[in-house]
Formats: sequence, C-alpha cells, structure tokens
Amino acid sequence: MTTQQLLAIAIDGLIYASWLFIIAVGLTLIYGVMKILNIAHGSLYALGAFTSVTFTSAWFAHGYPVMGSYAMLALAAVVVGLVAGPVIERGLLRFLYGKDEVVLVLVTYALFLILEDLIKLVWGVDPLFIQGPKGETPYALLGNFSIGSLNYPTYNLLLVGVAVTTAIVLTWVLARTRAGKLLIAVIHDRETAAAMGIDVGRTYFVTFTLGAMLAAVGGALTAPTVSVVTGMGAEVIVIAFAVVVIGGLGSLPGAALGALIVGLVRAASIHLRPELELFAVYFVMAAVLIVRPKGLFSAAEVRRI
Amino acid sequence: MDSKSPFCLKLLPALFAAVALALPATSHAQDRPIRIGLVTFLSGPAAGPFGVPAKIAAEAIVESLNAGKVPAPYATKGFGGIPIELSIIDEAGGATKQVAEFRNLVERQNVDFVIGYIGSGDCLAVAPVAEELKKLTVLFDCGTPRVFEDASYKYVFRTRSHATMDAVAGALYLLDGKPAMKNYAGINQNYAYGQDSWTDFTAVMSTLRPKVEVTTSQMPKFGAGQYGPEISALLQTNSDVIHSSLWGGDLEAFMLQSMPRNLFANSQLILVAGEPYLHRLPGNIPDGTIIGARGPNGAYAQKSALKDWLIQVYKQKAEIEPNYPAYSVAMAFLGLKAAFEKAKAKNGDDTEAVIKALEFSTFDSPSGKVMMKLGKGHQAVTGTSYGVTKTVNGQITLTNIKTYPVEQVQPPEGVKSLDWIKDGMKPGKW
Repeated sequence: MTTQQLLAIAIDGLIYASWLFIIAVGLTLIYGVMKILNIAHGSLYALGAFTSVTFTSAWFAHGYPVMGSYAMLALAAVVVGLVAGPVIERGLLRFLYGKDEVVLVLVTYALFLILEDLIKLVWGVDPLFIQGPKGETPYALLGNFSIGSLNYPTYNLLLVGVAVTTAIVLTWVLARTRAGKLLIAVIHDRETAAAMGIDVGRTYFVTFTLGAMLAAVGGALTAPTVSVVTGMGAEVIVIAFAVVVIGGLGSLPGAALGALIVGLVRAASIHLRPELELFAVYFVMAAVLIVRPKGLFSAAEVRRI
Repeated sequence: MDSKSPFCLKLLPALFAAVALALPATSHAQDRPIRIGLVTFLSGPAAGPFGVPAKIAAEAIVESLNAGKVPAPYATKGFGGIPIELSIIDEAGGATKQVAEFRNLVERQNVDFVIGYIGSGDCLAVAPVAEELKKLTVLFDCGTPRVFEDASYKYVFRTRSHATMDAVAGALYLLDGKPAMKNYAGINQNYAYGQDSWTDFTAVMSTLRPKVEVTTSQMPKFGAGQYGPEISALLQTNSDVIHSSLWGGDLEAFMLQSMPRNLFANSQLILVAGEPYLHRLPGNIPDGTIIGARGPNGAYAQKSALKDWLIQVYKQKAEIEPNYPAYSVAMAFLGLKAAFEKAKAKNGDDTEAVIKALEFSTFDSPSGKVMMKLGKGHQAVTGTSYGVTKTVNGQITLTNIKTYPVEQVQPPEGVKSLDWIKDGMKPGKW
C-alpha cells in the first residue's frame, strides 16, 4: 500500500462517511427518542431527492442563476421535513405509541411501501437528474480541489461540512440546551418525564419532524450526484441500518463512528481488494455485533422481564 | 388437519381435470384475439431506459400490426389476420416473483404466447417453467449466453443475440482504434450480467492481446449510487482503457460523478450497454466513448423500410427515437408473427406447429436479418456494430461505426462462449 493509496482511502472514506452520517443520523435520532425503527426513513430520503429535482428544475426553467440551485436543494429538504414529518407523526404514528417495537417496524415498513408507490405516482419511473440549461450540475459547479494526484469536486467538502455541522449542533443541543435536556429525560424514562410535566407528545413530534428533515437533507444532497430513481430509498435504508447498528441504535456518537468505520472500510476494500467490497461492510457489522451485541455506543439497559 | 382432508384431497385431481378440460384448445379460432403476455420492467431502475421503451414499442407494434400497417413481409393484419392483444406485467420484483407471475399469465390469464424478460436472472428462472407449462415463450432482451448453452428447451426461444458478441466486438473495435494499449480497468455491477460481461471481456482481451494487463476490476453493488472511492481507485491506476457494462441509474450516477473528476482525460471509455442513455447524457459523456447497443440496433441498424416504420410508430408514442430494447421487442413480435403465419399456411397454428416454424427460421427485423441458428434453432444470431460518441449541436451522435459479421463475434452451435473465446475465436460455419 502506497502513501498515495492511504491518502485516497482516508479522503474517500471521510467523504463517504459524511454522506452516510447525514442519512443515518435521523434514523438513530428517531430510534433513540421514540424507539421506532423507521423503515420509511429511506422513503423520506427519496422524497428529499425527488423534491429537490422538481425544485431545481423549476429554478433552472425560470432562468435564475445556477448557483441558486443549492438554495433549492436546502428548500426541498426543509419542505419535505416540515410536510412529511408532521403528517406521518400526527396522522399515523401517534396512535401507535406504546405498541410493541415490532409492530412499529411493520407499520413504518408499510408506510415505506406506500410512499414508494406515491413517488412513482407523482414522479413516474424514469430516472431523473439535476441539470442546468447548459448541462451544469450542482455537483460540478463548485469546481474541484486536489490532494496529491487526485482531484475531487468541491461539492464533497459541502457534504463533509454538513455532516460535521449536524453532528456538532445536535450534540450541543442535546448536552447544553433546555430542549435537549428535556429530550434526554424522555429518552431515559418516558412515563416519569411525562409525570414531571414534560410534553412527551410534543417532544416526539419535534423529533420525528427533525429526523424526517435529516433524511430529506440526505436525499437532497445526494440528488445532484446520482440519477434519482424509484427504489433509491430501499438501497439506502440497508446501509444506513448497518451504520446505526454498528454504532449502537439511538446513539449520536455511535452513528458518527459507525459511519466513519463503514466509510473507511468500504474505501479501503475498494482500493485494496475491490472484490471484497460487497462483503466488507457487513463483515465489520457482524464482527462488532459479536463483540458488542448492541453496538459500540449502546447504553446499558435495565433488563425487563 | 381435520377429518375431511382425505376426501378433499381425492377431489383435487378431479377438480384439476375439470379445469384443464375447460381451458380452450391451443389452436386459435378466428373469433378470439391472440393474447400475448408481455413482461417488461415498469418500475425500478431498469424501467426508464429498458422496460418502458420496450413497452411503448410493443404497444406501438401491436397497434400497427392490428391495423395491417407494417411494411412487407409483415403486412397482414395481426398474426395471420387474427388481432393481437397484450397483457402487460411488471418484471420488477425478482426471479421468484416472475415465476409466479408467469404461472398467472399462463394459467389464469390464459395467454397464447409470452414475450418478455430483460433481466438475465428472470430469463434463467422462467425458461424451465415455460417448458413445464408448455407455453411458447420468446425471451426478447436478456443477454446471458447460459440460457441455451447450459440447457435446451422446446418451448423457449430468444430472438436476439446473446451477450458474448458485445464483449468480442467491443474488444475488436477497441483494439482497432487503440492498438498500442497496455492496460485496462473495469467497473461492472456485482451481479450476473456485470460479472459475465467482465469475464467475457477479459477472456477476449487475453486471447487477442495476452500482454495487455488488467489494472483493477471494480465491482460495486447493483444500485450502489455512490462511486467516489471507485473513481479514485480508477484514477490512480491511470489505465489506458476503462471497460464498463454499467447501465440504468448506476451508469448515469457513475458518469455524473466521474466527469467532473476528469476520469476519462487519459482513459478511453467503453460502455458495452451505453446506447439507451445517449439522449440523456449530453454534456456528461465524453466524445470518443465507445458505445455498444447489444446488436445492430438503434443508430447502428442499417436503413430499411422496417427501421423507418419502427422509428415512426415509436415516435408517435414517445418523443424520442427508439433505443435498443425497442428494437429487441420488435424482433420478438416480428419473429413470432413470421413463424405463426408460416405454420398457419402449412399445417395449423397450434403451439407445436408455431414452434416448428420458428426453429431455424430466418426473418427480417428493423435491426436487419435475424437467424435462429443457435440453441438447436431457438437462439437468434446477428452481427453487431460499435461506434464512438460525437456531440453535434448538443446532441450525442455515433460515428466511425464498424459492423462485425456473425462468424466473427459468435461461437458456432455446440460450443460454449467462453470455450470459443479461449480457443481463439475461430469463425464457425454459418
């Protein structure tokens, strides 16, 4: 292994980890607070991607400056989060709190299937991609940066920036703000928190909306780099799940570490042994689960008989 | 189990017999249209570039056939004067689901013929079931040579060439234009078609140029979407050539992510299944990319009345020109029509007679002459063509087109593709 390869593995791994973290953090947040393993997270990600295609296309169609397409990506994520999050939480999930976790997995899985079909109804089955009037893509618009002999689109730095900012802001909110402390109280004991006067319903509402928005941010940031196609949500939920399981379901630092591990392992296997790429990520997951069955950062849990 | 079960079990065979008797005979009475089950991707990543164009083409072809507006020798209405109707099924969902759907088509919807299957996995899974149910099934688009090289069928046909020629002609074209190449890399999806495609290509290259080296073989997961590390790895190898059989959303994502990184500044790109994307990729595919169309389809088809007809009827339904899956589906309908009418004129139009007529037949298609010469007369062969991209007025066109005859790119009957390639690709007798 050359230094150049090592450097490439580090950068590729970091970029991929940032992408993974943005997608996985909402999943782990919702699980941590609400104990819901939200399979529909993948659909919210896809909704973010499809909506950002619609918004950016409308933006380009009006002939506005191409740089504004980034604002459209952000707007798409916010809109999806603020619409889909409350609708799903108020319209469906709130009737099911207190039900078994497995029931909620099934409910969100059903929701995932419904949303996948909804996406087909609205956007059709043709793959879409974001392209300006002269073929500009937000992915290439910011230019490139070089490290050693390799060059990367600067857009990747945006991904890293969003991931790091999200991690810092969430950690700060949880540890330092009143809202965060209330949230932690709900995480630890929902009933006692409610007895102390914390509005658990509101906490759930805000958490789910935030989680949905994070999924949509992931989709919106991914849209310029891929062709947006039905079924993209299913692809992503599997790898996001691997990330949060490695880190420990519901753990924020766990999601960050899980993303970093998966990102680096995948990059290393692609550079060194590409034939193992498919297997490597799940091998790491299995290895972690053998040593720590509840993931690296899982909190100790009181055993309930 | 309750005590009534044995009685019920005894009744079952009788029930099946009654149902079987109630089914109409396979011969086609004039009073009922010929029902064809069409199986193609209507959802998922293969729908946009393959499944939907095939569906649009099939519907346009059937309308035109029923109106009797297809050029000679296909001018009779429908199949031998009998109108055709389609029963369209989504191919998405995997091989197990497709086997169930196939049984539904045959046993419940009672179709006369099935035309279908883009995925190689679906073709391999459905073929034995077609045989079991004795339903004449025409595979129209899947590529794996294994269908007729590893098995032999009576009721299953494939009216397009298998994928071996993509690798053979692709390598010949590449070496023609880049005789001094020293090495090459590959990026192919980690599933049946991607692996077969890479295996064939490397086998052809090591036969034609044993000294040319493989730098890296990237095998991302099907539908991976993110190719950053793969592109870095390819960039680092600085290979003369990059071979790829990526298709669908994966190909588009790969191009979107690799173009800004100048991956192809020093590397010649060859996309063996690139043709369906050309209208989607202006600005995102470098000029000079070698493009395959899985046969002499699309821009590679020779000018003919049938080609003009396909373009015209397709364009009435979609704004763009038909791509290779549309040409593939045309071959299936026209091949079946020719056989049906030949059988009808000779000794009746029941399934057995149509099978006899289709075996070893030769028929005209928008892609030129198709010969059912492999797989005991069940597998079609054609020559093929390759060309390179050139952007003209913002549209991608294909230039420097070279055509390769059958004997140069296809193994003869009874020889497995990989053996033929490793044995030096000696032209067979056709």
